[in-house]
Amino acid sequence: MKAYKEFIKGLWDENPVFRMLMGMCPTLAVTNAAVNGLAMGIATAFVLFSSNIIVSLVKRLIPNEIRIPAYIIIIATFVTIADLFLAAYFPDIHKVLGLFIPLIVVNCIILGRVESFASKNNVLYSAIDAIGMGVGFTWALTLLGIIREIFGMGSIFGVTVMSSSFTKWVIFILPPGAFLTLGVMLWIINSLSKTKTSESHCH
Amino acid sequence: MLKDLLLIFIGAVLVNNFVLSRFLGVCPFLGVSKKVHVAFSMGIATTFVMTLSAAATWLIQTFILDPFGLGRFLQYVSFVLVIASLVQMIELFIKKTSKDLYHSLGIFLPLITTNCAILGLALLSVNKTYNLAQSLVFGLGAGIGFTLAIVIMAGIREEIDSADIPEGLKGAGITLLTAGILSIAFLGFSGLISM
Repeated sequence: MKAYKEFIKGLWDENPVFRMLMGMCPTLAVTNAAVNGLAMGIATAFVLFSSNIIVSLVKRLIPNEIRIPAYIIIIATFVTIADLFLAAYFPDIHKVLGLFIPLIVVNCIILGRVESFASKNNVLYSAIDAIGMGVGFTWALTLLGIIREIFGMGSIFGVTVMSSSFTKWVIFILPPGAFLTLGVMLWIINSLSKTKTSESHCH
Repeated sequence: MLKDLLLIFIGAVLVNNFVLSRFLGVCPFLGVSKKVHVAFSMGIATTFVMTLSAAATWLIQTFILDPFGLGRFLQYVSFVLVIASLVQMIELFIKKTSKDLYHSLGIFLPLITTNCAILGLALLSVNKTYNLAQSLVFGLGAGIGFTLAIVIMAGIREEIDSADIPEGLKGAGITLLTAGILSIAFLGFSGLISM
């Protein structure tokens, strides 16, 4: 039962993007197309999953004073793995995501989960927590990507869905479109749900 | 040479503003922009760390990673550690030397460690193969660009506080919409120079 709860919370109640406003930089930067959002989500989920497991395994070995640098090294190691993997097998996506793959290191979702969850719970729950949060982050980024791609390019995952008479709203795939789309989505979500999106927790 | 540096500077401040067109440092931009004087202190502290870390990471890249061919594997790990320890060192230094400065800038320093604008800046300078002077100017420009964006944002948010806005839009929603409009304004600078 607890396992189910740890999994489900990341999907909606504590969704990193829509409810917690965490990891804003990649959320805004790479969601100009659905496939980019999806790829970024999966890469982040992989790093979160691996780091959560390792940290929860070695948590007793790390002295409290140097835990943050130790966590950062663990996270940076998996980011390097993800970076090299994408460069080798998905060079196109690697090129589009560019700078934002290494920046997964400083994504506060990961350090936040590692510090507040994996360092206090066992391996199983840490893994489940990471999967929930990772899936929550991925669907949020993919949804943002889909919306921006429909309006900005008239397509979803590269497949044209709008008729040829549709005028592309180019602003949606430019930087302002990211802020505006997420702002309107938060507006809708906050109007529909009882609890409000919390103000940014990490900086 | 000087013209080159000026172009890098203007490019970093206005054309490719770190927050509004590169999406680096969005978290503090949204989180610490409620009051103008706080936002300004945060901006100055970030500018300071950016300029110093631009120099530090350039030295690491040029004299350690490049000669031994380690850039591909150790770049992220070493940069993030160097930045974290640099920030810690600056914090200790300020705490010991000036109480006033510590209260206005020091309290923001721990937040800056995980600010992706700092690591992003270091990686961008390496990608662009800047030399030391160019990296320093790039770091300074990026910091000033960040300060500019966050101070404008804080000024607007102080006014928004007294405005009548829909319930669901309060908080994060209106902040993001404001950022979107600011970003459109900064889009006007694109084409000012070609980078």
